[in-house]
Amino acid sequence: MSERASKETVPGAGAPSAPPPANARAGAFSRLTRSRPTRPGEVYGVPGQGDAFWLSLGSIAFIIFLWWLVTFLGWVKPLFVPSPGAIIAKFVDVWQNGFTNTSFVEHVWISTARVFGAFLLACVVGIPLGIAMGMSPTVRGIFDPPIEFYRPIPPLAYLPLMIIWFGIGETSKVLLIFLSVFAPVALGSRSGVRSAAIEQIHAAYSFGATRWQVMRHVILPSALPEILTAMRIGIGFGWTTLVAAEMVAATKGLGYMVLSASQFLQTSTVIMGIVVIAAIAYAFDLLMRFVERKVVPWKGRM
Amino acid sequence: MGLTINQASVVYPAADGRPPVEALSRIDLAIDNDDFVVALGASGCGKSTLLNLIAGFLSPTSGEILLDGHRVQGPGADRAVVFQKHALLPWLNVIDNVAFGLKLQGGAEKARYEMAGRFIALLGLDGFQNSPVYKLSGGMQQRVGIARALTCDPKVLLMDEPLGALDALTREKAQELILRIWSETHKSVFFITHSVEEALFMGTKLIVMSPRPGRIAHRFDLSFSRQFLAGQSARQVKASPEFIRLREQVLEIIFADEEDAA
Repeated sequence: MSERASKETVPGAGAPSAPPPANARAGAFSRLTRSRPTRPGEVYGVPGQGDAFWLSLGSIAFIIFLWWLVTFLGWVKPLFVPSPGAIIAKFVDVWQNGFTNTSFVEHVWISTARVFGAFLLACVVGIPLGIAMGMSPTVRGIFDPPIEFYRPIPPLAYLPLMIIWFGIGETSKVLLIFLSVFAPVALGSRSGVRSAAIEQIHAAYSFGATRWQVMRHVILPSALPEILTAMRIGIGFGWTTLVAAEMVAATKGLGYMVLSASQFLQTSTVIMGIVVIAAIAYAFDLLMRFVERKVVPWKGRM
Repeated sequence: MGLTINQASVVYPAADGRPPVEALSRIDLAIDNDDFVVALGASGCGKSTLLNLIAGFLSPTSGEILLDGHRVQGPGADRAVVFQKHALLPWLNVIDNVAFGLKLQGGAEKARYEMAGRFIALLGLDGFQNSPVYKLSGGMQQRVGIARALTCDPKVLLMDEPLGALDALTREKAQELILRIWSETHKSVFFITHSVEEALFMGTKLIVMSPRPGRIAHRFDLSFSRQFLAGQSARQVKASPEFIRLREQVLEIIFADEEDAA
Protein backbone atom coordinates (compact mmCIF):
# COMPACT_ATOMS: atom_id res chain seq x y z
CA MET A 1 0.00 0.00 0.00
CA SER A 2 2.52 2.59 1.10
CA GLU A 3 4.81 1.74 -1.80
CA ARG A 4 2.11 2.36 -4.32
CA ALA A 5 1.05 5.55 -2.58
CA SER A 6 4.58 6.94 -2.62
CA LYS A 7 4.94 6.17 -6.33
CA GLU A 8 1.81 8.05 -7.13
CA THR A 9 3.03 11.13 -5.28
CA VAL A 10 6.11 11.42 -7.52
CA PRO A 11 4.89 13.04 -10.73
CA GLY A 12 6.00 11.47 -13.99
CA ALA A 13 8.05 8.75 -12.29
CA GLY A 14 5.65 5.97 -13.27
CA ALA A 15 6.35 4.52 -16.70
CA PRO A 16 10.11 4.80 -17.31
CA SER A 17 11.24 3.53 -13.93
CA ALA A 18 8.70 0.66 -13.73
CA PRO A 19 10.36 -2.76 -13.25
CA PRO A 20 10.54 -4.99 -16.36
CA PRO A 21 7.82 -7.64 -16.69
CA ALA A 22 8.54 -10.96 -14.98
CA ASN A 23 9.36 -12.90 -18.13
CA ALA A 24 11.99 -10.38 -19.10
CA ARG A 25 14.09 -11.26 -16.08
CA ALA A 26 15.78 -14.14 -17.81
CA GLY A 27 18.67 -16.26 -16.67
CA ALA A 28 19.08 -18.23 -13.47
CA PHE A 29 16.08 -16.72 -11.73
CA SER A 30 13.53 -17.80 -14.33
CA ARG A 31 13.89 -21.42 -13.16
CA LEU A 32 13.07 -20.38 -9.63
CA THR A 33 10.15 -18.13 -10.42
CA ARG A 34 8.44 -20.29 -13.01
CA SER A 35 8.01 -23.99 -13.64
CA ARG A 36 9.46 -25.33 -16.86
CA PRO A 37 7.05 -26.65 -19.52
CA THR A 38 6.73 -30.36 -18.98
CA ARG A 39 7.62 -33.31 -21.12
CA PRO A 40 4.74 -35.52 -22.33
CA GLY A 41 3.50 -37.72 -19.51
CA GLU A 42 4.20 -35.15 -16.84
CA VAL A 43 1.83 -32.59 -15.41
CA TYR A 44 2.74 -28.93 -15.42
CA GLY A 45 3.44 -27.43 -12.04
CA VAL A 46 3.38 -30.59 -9.90
CA PRO A 47 5.99 -30.01 -7.18
CA GLY A 48 8.92 -32.41 -7.02
CA GLN A 49 8.05 -34.26 -10.20
CA GLY A 50 10.55 -36.59 -11.82
CA ASP A 51 12.69 -39.60 -11.04
CA ALA A 52 15.46 -39.12 -8.48
CA PHE A 53 16.83 -42.67 -8.36
CA TRP A 54 20.05 -42.20 -10.30
CA LEU A 55 20.76 -38.91 -8.60
CA SER A 56 20.37 -40.62 -5.22
CA LEU A 57 22.73 -43.36 -6.28
CA GLY A 58 25.22 -40.77 -7.47
CA SER A 59 24.89 -38.87 -4.21
CA ILE A 60 25.68 -41.99 -2.18
CA ALA A 61 28.63 -42.83 -4.44
CA PHE A 62 29.94 -39.29 -4.11
CA ILE A 63 29.75 -39.31 -0.30
CA ILE A 64 31.61 -42.64 -0.14
CA PHE A 65 34.17 -41.36 -2.63
CA LEU A 66 34.71 -38.19 -0.61
CA TRP A 67 35.03 -40.26 2.55
CA TRP A 68 37.55 -42.54 0.89
CA LEU A 69 39.49 -39.58 -0.57
CA VAL A 70 39.74 -37.80 2.79
CA THR A 71 41.12 -40.89 4.50
CA PHE A 72 43.29 -41.98 1.57
CA LEU A 73 45.03 -38.62 1.37
CA GLY A 74 45.48 -38.63 5.12
CA TRP A 75 43.66 -35.35 5.73
CA VAL A 76 41.96 -36.78 8.81
CA LYS A 77 43.40 -39.23 11.30
CA PRO A 78 41.88 -42.75 11.21
CA LEU A 79 41.01 -42.25 14.91
CA PHE A 80 38.41 -39.70 13.83
CA VAL A 81 37.40 -41.03 10.43
CA PRO A 82 38.55 -44.54 9.51
CA SER A 83 38.56 -45.40 5.84
CA PRO A 84 35.61 -47.23 4.22
CA GLY A 85 37.87 -50.23 3.84
CA ALA A 86 38.59 -50.25 7.57
CA ILE A 87 34.84 -50.33 8.28
CA ILE A 88 34.37 -53.32 6.01
CA ALA A 89 37.37 -55.03 7.58
CA LYS A 90 35.91 -54.34 11.02
CA PHE A 91 32.57 -55.74 9.91
CA VAL A 92 34.23 -58.94 8.71
CA ASP A 93 36.23 -59.10 11.94
CA VAL A 94 33.20 -58.71 14.21
CA TRP A 95 31.20 -61.07 12.01
CA GLN A 96 33.87 -63.75 12.48
CA ASN A 97 35.05 -63.11 16.03
CA GLY A 98 32.16 -61.31 17.67
CA PHE A 99 32.40 -58.29 19.93
CA THR A 100 33.06 -58.54 23.69
CA ASN A 101 32.58 -62.28 23.67
CA THR A 102 29.22 -62.11 21.94
CA SER A 103 28.72 -63.03 18.31
CA PHE A 104 27.66 -60.36 15.84
CA VAL A 105 24.45 -62.21 15.03
CA GLU A 106 23.53 -62.23 18.70
CA HIS A 107 24.08 -58.47 18.99
CA VAL A 108 21.84 -57.94 16.00
CA TRP A 109 19.29 -60.42 17.25
CA ILE A 110 19.08 -58.88 20.75
CA SER A 111 18.60 -55.38 19.39
CA THR A 112 16.05 -56.33 16.75
CA ALA A 113 14.17 -58.37 19.34
CA ARG A 114 14.07 -55.35 21.65
CA VAL A 115 12.97 -52.94 18.95
CA PHE A 116 10.45 -55.24 17.28
CA GLY A 117 9.15 -56.55 20.60
CA ALA A 118 8.51 -52.99 21.73
CA PHE A 119 7.11 -52.13 18.30
CA LEU A 120 4.65 -55.03 18.30
CA LEU A 121 3.59 -54.21 21.83
CA ALA A 122 3.10 -50.56 20.86
CA CYS A 123 0.98 -51.59 17.86
CA VAL A 124 -1.11 -54.03 19.87
CA VAL A 125 -1.83 -51.38 22.51
CA GLY A 126 -1.50 -48.17 20.51
CA ILE A 127 -3.60 -48.94 17.43
CA PRO A 128 -6.75 -50.01 19.33
CA LEU A 129 -6.32 -47.20 21.83
CA GLY A 130 -5.79 -44.65 19.05
CA ILE A 131 -8.89 -45.90 17.25
CA ALA A 132 -10.86 -45.76 20.48
CA MET A 133 -9.62 -42.21 21.00
CA GLY A 134 -10.82 -41.31 17.52
CA MET A 135 -14.19 -42.96 18.06
CA SER A 136 -15.03 -41.85 21.57
CA PRO A 137 -14.70 -38.42 23.20
CA THR A 138 -14.57 -40.15 26.59
CA VAL A 139 -11.51 -42.22 25.73
CA ARG A 140 -9.94 -39.23 24.00
CA GLY A 141 -10.57 -37.04 27.03
CA ILE A 142 -8.91 -39.53 29.34
CA PHE A 143 -5.84 -40.46 27.31
CA ASP A 144 -5.05 -37.30 25.38
CA PRO A 145 -3.37 -35.39 28.27
CA PRO A 146 -0.93 -38.12 29.38
CA ILE A 147 0.10 -39.00 25.82
CA GLU A 148 0.54 -35.40 24.76
CA PHE A 149 2.44 -34.71 27.99
CA TYR A 150 5.08 -37.39 27.64
CA ARG A 151 5.30 -37.43 23.82
CA PRO A 152 7.72 -34.49 23.37
CA ILE A 153 10.00 -35.57 26.22
CA PRO A 154 13.25 -37.14 24.96
CA PRO A 155 13.47 -40.81 26.04
CA LEU A 156 16.89 -40.11 27.54
CA ALA A 157 15.18 -37.79 30.04
CA TYR A 158 12.92 -40.45 31.45
CA LEU A 159 15.40 -43.30 31.10
CA PRO A 160 16.54 -42.83 34.74
CA LEU A 161 12.93 -43.13 35.88
CA MET A 162 12.48 -46.34 33.91
CA ILE A 163 15.57 -47.78 35.59
CA ILE A 164 14.49 -46.69 39.07
CA TRP A 165 11.03 -48.17 38.54
CA PHE A 166 11.73 -51.27 36.48
CA GLY A 167 15.35 -52.10 37.24
CA ILE A 168 18.21 -52.60 34.83
CA GLY A 169 16.81 -55.71 33.16
CA GLU A 170 15.03 -56.18 29.84
CA THR A 171 11.79 -54.56 31.06
CA SER A 172 13.08 -51.02 31.30
CA LYS A 173 14.81 -51.28 27.90
CA VAL A 174 11.80 -52.58 26.03
CA LEU A 175 9.52 -50.17 27.88
CA LEU A 176 11.65 -47.20 26.88
CA ILE A 177 11.48 -48.17 23.22
CA PHE A 178 7.80 -49.01 23.61
CA LEU A 179 7.04 -45.51 24.89
CA SER A 180 8.82 -43.87 21.99
CA VAL A 181 6.89 -45.96 19.43
CA PHE A 182 3.57 -45.86 21.24
CA ALA A 183 2.78 -42.13 20.93
CA PRO A 184 3.16 -41.80 17.14
CA VAL A 185 1.30 -45.06 16.52
CA ALA A 186 -1.60 -44.12 18.81
CA LEU A 187 -1.89 -40.58 17.48
CA GLY A 188 -1.66 -41.73 13.86
CA SER A 189 -4.41 -44.30 14.38
CA ARG A 190 -6.50 -41.69 16.11
CA SER A 191 -6.35 -39.31 13.18
CA GLY A 192 -6.80 -42.21 10.73
CA VAL A 193 -10.29 -42.69 12.11
CA ARG A 194 -11.19 -39.38 10.53
CA SER A 195 -10.22 -40.53 7.00
CA ALA A 196 -13.58 -42.03 6.09
CA ALA A 197 -15.71 -39.58 4.10
CA ILE A 198 -19.00 -38.75 5.75
CA GLU A 199 -20.78 -39.95 2.60
CA GLN A 200 -19.21 -43.38 2.97
CA ILE A 201 -20.40 -43.57 6.57
CA HIS A 202 -23.87 -42.30 5.70
CA ALA A 203 -24.13 -44.73 2.80
CA ALA A 204 -23.34 -47.65 5.10
CA TYR A 205 -25.94 -46.51 7.62
CA SER A 206 -28.53 -46.06 4.89
CA PHE A 207 -27.93 -49.68 3.84
CA GLY A 208 -28.85 -50.74 7.35
CA ALA A 209 -25.43 -50.95 8.98
CA THR A 210 -25.07 -51.00 12.74
CA ARG A 211 -22.55 -48.75 14.48
CA TRP A 212 -20.23 -51.70 14.86
CA GLN A 213 -20.52 -52.61 11.17
CA VAL A 214 -19.74 -49.04 10.13
CA MET A 215 -16.60 -49.19 12.24
CA ARG A 216 -15.58 -52.62 10.99
CA HIS A 217 -16.39 -52.14 7.30
CA VAL A 218 -15.90 -48.42 6.68
CA ILE A 219 -13.90 -46.62 9.34
CA LEU A 220 -11.21 -49.24 9.97
CA PRO A 221 -10.34 -49.96 6.34
CA SER A 222 -10.21 -46.29 5.49
CA ALA A 223 -7.95 -45.65 8.49
CA LEU A 224 -5.53 -48.32 7.32
CA PRO A 225 -3.27 -46.10 5.17
CA GLU A 226 -2.72 -43.70 8.01
CA ILE A 227 -2.19 -46.51 10.53
CA LEU A 228 0.48 -48.02 8.28
CA THR A 229 2.18 -44.64 7.96
CA ALA A 230 2.04 -44.25 11.73
CA MET A 231 3.68 -47.66 12.11
CA ARG A 232 6.49 -46.63 9.77
CA ILE A 233 7.06 -43.44 11.74
CA GLY A 234 6.78 -45.35 15.01
CA ILE A 235 9.43 -47.95 14.23
CA GLY A 236 11.73 -45.12 13.18
CA PHE A 237 11.40 -43.69 16.68
CA GLY A 238 12.05 -47.18 18.02
CA TRP A 239 15.44 -47.41 16.31
CA THR A 240 16.34 -43.89 17.45
CA THR A 241 15.68 -44.90 21.04
CA LEU A 242 17.61 -48.18 20.84
CA VAL A 243 21.00 -46.71 21.73
CA ALA A 244 19.52 -44.84 24.70
CA ALA A 245 17.85 -48.04 25.88
CA GLU A 246 21.12 -49.96 25.71
CA MET A 247 23.10 -47.26 27.53
CA VAL A 248 22.66 -48.66 31.00
CA ALA A 249 23.56 -52.17 32.11
CA ALA A 250 23.48 -53.76 28.67
CA THR A 251 26.06 -56.36 27.69
CA LYS A 252 24.64 -57.16 24.29
CA GLY A 253 23.03 -55.34 21.41
CA LEU A 254 24.01 -53.00 18.61
CA GLY A 255 23.50 -49.90 20.74
CA TYR A 256 25.70 -51.38 23.43
CA MET A 257 28.31 -52.26 20.80
CA VAL A 258 28.42 -48.68 19.51
CA LEU A 259 28.57 -47.16 23.00
CA SER A 260 31.24 -49.41 24.43
CA ALA A 261 33.35 -49.18 21.28
CA SER A 262 33.26 -45.40 21.60
CA GLN A 263 34.67 -45.67 25.11
CA PHE A 264 37.69 -47.46 23.71
CA LEU A 265 37.90 -45.04 20.76
CA GLN A 266 37.24 -47.88 18.33
CA THR A 267 35.78 -45.47 15.79
CA SER A 268 35.52 -48.09 13.05
CA THR A 269 33.26 -50.26 15.24
CA VAL A 270 31.13 -47.21 16.05
CA ILE A 271 30.58 -46.37 12.39
CA MET A 272 30.07 -50.01 11.49
CA GLY A 273 27.36 -50.33 14.17
CA ILE A 274 25.65 -47.17 12.97
CA VAL A 275 25.61 -48.44 9.38
CA VAL A 276 24.19 -51.81 10.49
CA ILE A 277 21.39 -50.13 12.48
CA ALA A 278 20.59 -47.88 9.55
CA ALA A 279 20.59 -50.80 7.13
CA ILE A 280 18.18 -52.86 9.23
CA ALA A 281 15.86 -49.89 9.75
CA TYR A 282 15.94 -49.04 6.05
CA ALA A 283 15.27 -52.65 5.03
CA PHE A 284 12.26 -52.77 7.31
CA ASP A 285 10.98 -49.49 5.93
CA LEU A 286 11.23 -50.88 2.41
CA LEU A 287 9.27 -53.92 3.58
CA MET A 288 6.60 -51.66 5.06
CA ARG A 289 6.35 -49.69 1.82
CA PHE A 290 5.89 -52.96 -0.03
CA VAL A 291 3.17 -53.99 2.41
CA GLU A 292 1.54 -50.58 1.91
CA ARG A 293 1.42 -51.04 -1.85
CA LYS A 294 -0.09 -54.51 -1.43
CA VAL A 295 -2.58 -53.73 1.34
CA VAL A 296 -3.74 -50.23 0.42
CA PRO A 297 -3.15 -49.82 -3.33
CA TRP A 298 -6.06 -47.39 -3.32
CA LYS A 299 -4.30 -44.97 -0.95
CA GLY A 300 -4.84 -41.41 -2.16
CA ARG A 301 -6.72 -42.62 -5.22
CA MET A 302 -10.26 -41.75 -4.20
CA MET B 1 -48.91 -46.26 1.12
CA GLY B 2 -45.40 -44.99 0.50
CA LEU B 3 -43.68 -42.22 2.35
CA THR B 4 -45.52 -39.37 4.04
CA ILE B 5 -44.06 -36.26 5.58
CA ASN B 6 -46.43 -34.46 7.95
CA GLN B 7 -45.73 -30.87 8.99
CA ALA B 8 -42.03 -31.56 9.43
CA SER B 9 -39.87 -28.67 10.62
CA VAL B 10 -36.16 -28.54 11.33
CA VAL B 11 -34.81 -25.71 13.44
CA TYR B 12 -31.09 -25.35 14.08
CA PRO B 13 -30.63 -23.84 17.56
CA ALA B 14 -29.14 -20.41 18.06
CA ALA B 15 -25.35 -20.35 18.09
CA ASP B 16 -22.63 -17.66 18.37
CA GLY B 17 -25.18 -14.94 18.93
CA ARG B 18 -27.07 -15.77 15.73
CA PRO B 19 -30.79 -16.41 16.00
CA PRO B 20 -32.08 -19.95 15.46
CA VAL B 21 -32.34 -20.95 11.80
CA GLU B 22 -35.45 -22.61 10.45
CA ALA B 23 -33.98 -24.91 7.80
CA LEU B 24 -37.32 -26.50 6.99
CA SER B 25 -40.72 -25.13 7.84
CA ARG B 26 -43.83 -27.34 8.04
CA ILE B 27 -43.11 -29.58 5.09
CA ASP B 28 -45.95 -31.72 3.79
CA LEU B 29 -45.03 -34.22 1.12
CA ALA B 30 -46.22 -37.61 -0.01
CA ILE B 31 -44.00 -39.90 -2.04
CA ASP B 32 -46.26 -42.68 -3.26
CA ASN B 33 -45.15 -45.97 -4.71
CA ASP B 34 -43.92 -45.40 -8.27
CA ASP B 35 -43.50 -41.67 -7.65
CA PHE B 36 -40.37 -39.92 -8.88
CA VAL B 37 -40.22 -36.77 -6.78
CA VAL B 38 -37.63 -34.20 -7.78
CA ALA B 39 -36.58 -31.37 -5.47
CA LEU B 40 -35.22 -28.22 -7.01
CA GLY B 41 -34.29 -24.90 -5.51
CA ALA B 42 -31.72 -22.23 -4.83
CA SER B 43 -28.86 -23.21 -2.55
CA GLY B 44 -29.78 -23.08 1.09
CA CYS B 45 -33.42 -23.90 0.49
CA GLY B 46 -33.25 -27.11 2.51
CA LYS B 47 -33.25 -29.77 -0.21
CA SER B 48 -30.46 -31.73 1.38
CA THR B 49 -31.93 -31.23 4.85
CA LEU B 50 -35.14 -32.76 3.55
CA LEU B 51 -33.25 -35.73 2.12
CA ASN B 52 -31.38 -36.21 5.39
CA LEU B 53 -34.71 -36.12 7.17
CA ILE B 54 -36.16 -38.86 4.96
CA ALA B 55 -32.96 -40.89 5.19
CA GLY B 56 -33.17 -40.67 8.98
CA PHE B 57 -29.81 -38.95 9.45
CA LEU B 58 -31.66 -36.03 11.01
CA SER B 59 -34.74 -36.05 13.20
CA PRO B 60 -37.34 -33.32 12.75
CA THR B 61 -37.77 -30.66 15.40
CA SER B 62 -41.50 -31.12 14.99
CA GLY B 63 -43.75 -33.14 12.70
CA GLU B 64 -43.17 -36.69 11.53
CA ILE B 65 -42.04 -38.87 8.65
CA LEU B 66 -43.96 -42.07 8.03
CA LEU B 67 -42.92 -44.95 5.79
CA ASP B 68 -45.82 -47.31 5.15
CA GLY B 69 -47.44 -45.98 8.28
CA HIS B 70 -44.38 -46.49 10.51
CA ARG B 71 -42.52 -43.57 11.94
CA VAL B 72 -38.97 -43.16 10.58
CA GLN B 73 -36.54 -43.22 13.48
CA GLY B 74 -33.12 -43.36 11.94
CA PRO B 75 -31.46 -44.61 8.77
CA GLY B 76 -32.41 -47.98 7.33
CA ALA B 77 -32.09 -50.14 4.25
CA ASP B 78 -35.64 -49.33 3.15
CA ARG B 79 -34.34 -45.85 2.21
CA ALA B 80 -30.99 -46.33 0.46
CA VAL B 81 -29.07 -43.18 -0.48
CA VAL B 82 -27.05 -42.41 -3.60
CA PHE B 83 -24.66 -39.51 -3.05
CA GLN B 84 -23.21 -36.95 -5.42
CA LYS B 85 -19.76 -38.17 -4.56
CA HIS B 86 -20.54 -41.86 -5.12
CA ALA B 87 -19.05 -42.73 -1.65
CA LEU B 88 -17.84 -46.14 -2.81
CA LEU B 89 -15.35 -48.11 -0.75
CA PRO B 90 -12.06 -48.16 -2.68
CA TRP B 91 -10.74 -51.28 -0.93
CA LEU B 92 -13.58 -53.36 -2.41
CA ASN B 93 -13.92 -54.24 -6.08
CA VAL B 94 -17.07 -53.48 -8.05
CA ILE B 95 -19.09 -56.54 -7.12
CA ASP B 96 -18.24 -56.30 -3.43
CA ASN B 97 -19.22 -52.66 -3.43
CA VAL B 98 -22.54 -53.49 -5.04
CA ALA B 99 -23.10 -56.38 -2.62
CA PHE B 100 -22.04 -54.24 0.36
CA GLY B 101 -25.56 -53.49 1.59
CA LEU B 102 -26.54 -57.16 1.46
CA LYS B 103 -23.39 -58.09 3.35
CA LEU B 104 -24.33 -55.67 6.11
CA GLN B 105 -27.73 -57.32 6.28
CA GLY B 106 -26.09 -60.72 6.60
CA GLY B 107 -27.14 -62.37 3.35
CA ALA B 108 -25.42 -65.57 2.20
CA GLU B 109 -22.47 -64.96 -0.07
CA LYS B 110 -23.88 -66.78 -3.08
CA ALA B 111 -27.22 -64.97 -2.92
CA ARG B 112 -25.41 -61.66 -2.42
CA TYR B 113 -23.31 -62.07 -5.53
CA GLU B 114 -26.28 -63.26 -7.58
CA MET B 115 -28.31 -60.20 -6.63
CA ALA B 116 -25.33 -57.87 -7.12
CA GLY B 117 -24.64 -59.47 -10.51
CA ARG B 118 -28.20 -58.71 -11.61
CA PHE B 119 -27.87 -55.01 -10.87
CA ILE B 120 -24.37 -54.84 -12.31
CA ALA B 121 -25.85 -56.14 -15.56
CA LEU B 122 -28.81 -53.76 -15.30
CA LEU B 123 -26.46 -50.78 -15.04
CA GLY B 124 -24.29 -51.95 -17.89
CA LEU B 125 -21.26 -52.78 -15.78
CA ASP B 126 -20.85 -56.35 -16.98
CA GLY B 127 -17.21 -57.34 -17.25
CA PHE B 128 -16.13 -54.96 -14.51
CA GLN B 129 -17.20 -57.12 -11.54
CA ASN B 130 -13.65 -57.58 -10.32
CA SER B 131 -12.24 -54.18 -11.24
CA PRO B 132 -11.07 -51.95 -8.42
CA VAL B 133 -13.53 -49.06 -8.20
CA TYR B 134 -10.82 -46.39 -8.04
CA LYS B 135 -9.80 -47.26 -11.57
CA LEU B 136 -13.26 -46.59 -13.04
CA SER B 137 -14.40 -43.34 -14.65
CA GLY B 138 -16.67 -40.98 -12.71
CA GLY B 139 -19.74 -42.07 -14.66
CA MET B 140 -19.08 -45.74 -14.01
CA GLN B 141 -18.40 -45.10 -10.34
CA GLN B 142 -21.76 -43.38 -10.07
CA ARG B 143 -23.44 -46.35 -11.75
CA VAL B 144 -21.80 -48.63 -9.18
CA GLY B 145 -23.22 -46.34 -6.49
CA ILE B 146 -26.71 -46.66 -7.95
CA ALA B 147 -26.40 -50.43 -8.33
CA ARG B 148 -25.26 -50.65 -4.73
CA ALA B 149 -28.31 -48.75 -3.50
CA LEU B 150 -30.70 -50.78 -5.68
CA THR B 151 -29.25 -54.06 -4.45
CA CYS B 152 -30.58 -53.22 -0.98
CA ASP B 153 -34.07 -53.35 -2.51
CA PRO B 154 -35.16 -50.12 -0.80
CA LYS B 155 -38.76 -48.89 -0.84
CA VAL B 156 -37.54 -45.37 -1.49
CA LEU B 157 -34.36 -44.49 -3.34
CA LEU B 158 -32.88 -41.20 -2.14
CA MET B 159 -30.60 -39.49 -4.63
CA ASP B 160 -28.66 -36.41 -3.59
CA GLU B 161 -27.53 -34.79 -6.84
CA PRO B 162 -26.30 -38.14 -8.12
CA LEU B 163 -25.37 -36.77 -11.54
CA GLY B 164 -23.94 -33.43 -10.45
CA ALA B 165 -20.33 -34.45 -10.93
CA LEU B 166 -20.74 -35.98 -14.39
CA ASP B 167 -19.98 -34.36 -17.72
CA ALA B 168 -22.94 -33.24 -19.80
CA LEU B 169 -23.03 -36.17 -22.20
CA THR B 170 -22.59 -38.87 -19.55
CA ARG B 171 -25.19 -37.08 -17.49
CA GLU B 172 -27.89 -37.30 -20.16
CA LYS B 173 -27.19 -40.98 -20.69
CA ALA B 174 -27.35 -41.54 -16.94
CA GLN B 175 -30.71 -39.74 -16.75
CA GLU B 176 -32.17 -42.12 -19.31
CA LEU B 177 -30.66 -45.09 -17.53
CA ILE B 178 -32.10 -44.07 -14.17
CA LEU B 179 -35.55 -43.58 -15.69
CA ARG B 180 -35.49 -47.01 -17.31
CA ILE B 181 -34.39 -48.63 -14.06
CA TRP B 182 -37.04 -46.73 -12.15
CA SER B 183 -39.75 -48.00 -14.46
CA GLU B 184 -38.41 -51.55 -14.28
CA THR B 185 -37.96 -51.74 -10.52
CA HIS B 186 -40.99 -49.68 -9.45
CA LYS B 187 -39.14 -47.86 -6.71
CA SER B 188 -40.22 -44.54 -5.31
CA VAL B 189 -37.48 -42.02 -5.84
CA PHE B 190 -36.63 -38.75 -4.13
CA PHE B 191 -34.14 -36.96 -6.33
CA ILE B 192 -32.29 -33.69 -5.71
CA THR B 193 -30.82 -31.73 -8.59
CA HIS B 194 -29.66 -28.26 -9.53
CA SER B 195 -30.58 -28.71 -13.16
CA VAL B 196 -34.07 -27.55 -14.12
CA GLU B 197 -33.98 -29.56 -17.31
CA GLU B 198 -33.03 -32.72 -15.43
CA ALA B 199 -35.78 -32.10 -12.89
CA LEU B 200 -38.49 -31.68 -15.52
CA PHE B 201 -37.31 -34.59 -17.59
CA MET B 202 -37.09 -37.09 -14.78
CA GLY B 203 -39.79 -36.32 -12.25
CA THR B 204 -43.42 -37.25 -11.94
CA LYS B 205 -43.72 -34.64 -9.22
CA LEU B 206 -41.57 -31.57 -8.93
CA ILE B 207 -41.21 -29.54 -5.77
CA VAL B 208 -39.52 -26.17 -6.03
CA MET B 209 -38.18 -25.10 -2.66
CA SER B 210 -37.46 -21.60 -1.32
CA PRO B 211 -35.07 -20.56 1.41
CA ARG B 212 -35.50 -18.70 4.74
CA PRO B 213 -37.32 -20.63 6.00
CA GLY B 214 -36.87 -23.69 3.78
CA ARG B 215 -40.25 -24.61 2.38
CA ILE B 216 -41.96 -26.06 -0.65
CA ALA B 217 -42.97 -23.00 -2.67
CA HIS B 218 -44.37 -24.65 -5.79
CA ARG B 219 -45.50 -28.09 -6.84
CA PHE B 220 -45.85 -29.40 -10.37
CA ASP B 221 -47.12 -32.70 -11.71
CA LEU B 222 -45.03 -33.84 -14.64
CA SER B 223 -45.43 -36.38 -17.42
CA PHE B 224 -42.27 -35.92 -19.48
CA SER B 225 -40.60 -39.03 -18.12
CA ARG B 226 -43.67 -41.07 -19.09
CA GLN B 227 -43.41 -39.66 -22.61
CA PHE B 228 -39.80 -40.75 -22.74
CA LEU B 229 -40.60 -44.21 -21.41
CA ALA B 230 -43.43 -44.49 -23.89
CA GLY B 231 -40.87 -44.30 -26.66
CA GLN B 232 -40.11 -40.68 -27.44
CA SER B 233 -36.46 -39.75 -27.61
CA ALA B 234 -35.02 -37.71 -24.76
CA ARG B 235 -34.09 -34.85 -27.09
CA GLN B 236 -37.57 -34.83 -28.53
CA VAL B 237 -39.09 -34.58 -25.06
CA LYS B 238 -36.71 -31.86 -23.94
CA ALA B 239 -37.35 -29.81 -27.10
CA SER B 240 -41.15 -29.91 -26.90
CA PRO B 241 -42.85 -26.49 -26.47
CA GLU B 242 -44.57 -27.64 -23.29
CA PHE B 243 -41.18 -28.64 -21.79
CA ILE B 244 -39.57 -25.36 -22.72
CA ARG B 245 -42.46 -23.30 -21.40
CA LEU B 246 -42.34 -25.06 -18.05
CA ARG B 247 -38.54 -24.83 -17.94
CA GLU B 248 -38.67 -21.04 -18.33
CA GLN B 249 -41.39 -20.80 -15.71
CA VAL B 250 -39.40 -22.77 -13.14
CA LEU B 251 -36.17 -20.95 -13.97
CA GLU B 252 -37.92 -17.64 -13.30
CA ILE B 253 -39.03 -18.81 -9.87
CA ILE B 254 -35.54 -19.93 -8.94
CA PHE B 255 -33.83 -16.81 -10.26
CA ALA B 256 -36.25 -14.68 -8.23
CA ASP B 257 -35.19 -16.60 -5.10
CA GLU B 258 -31.50 -16.23 -5.91
CA GLU B 259 -31.95 -12.46 -6.38
CA ASP B 260 -33.73 -12.17 -3.04
CA ALA B 261 -30.78 -13.88 -1.44
CA ALA B 262 -28.21 -11.59 -3.09
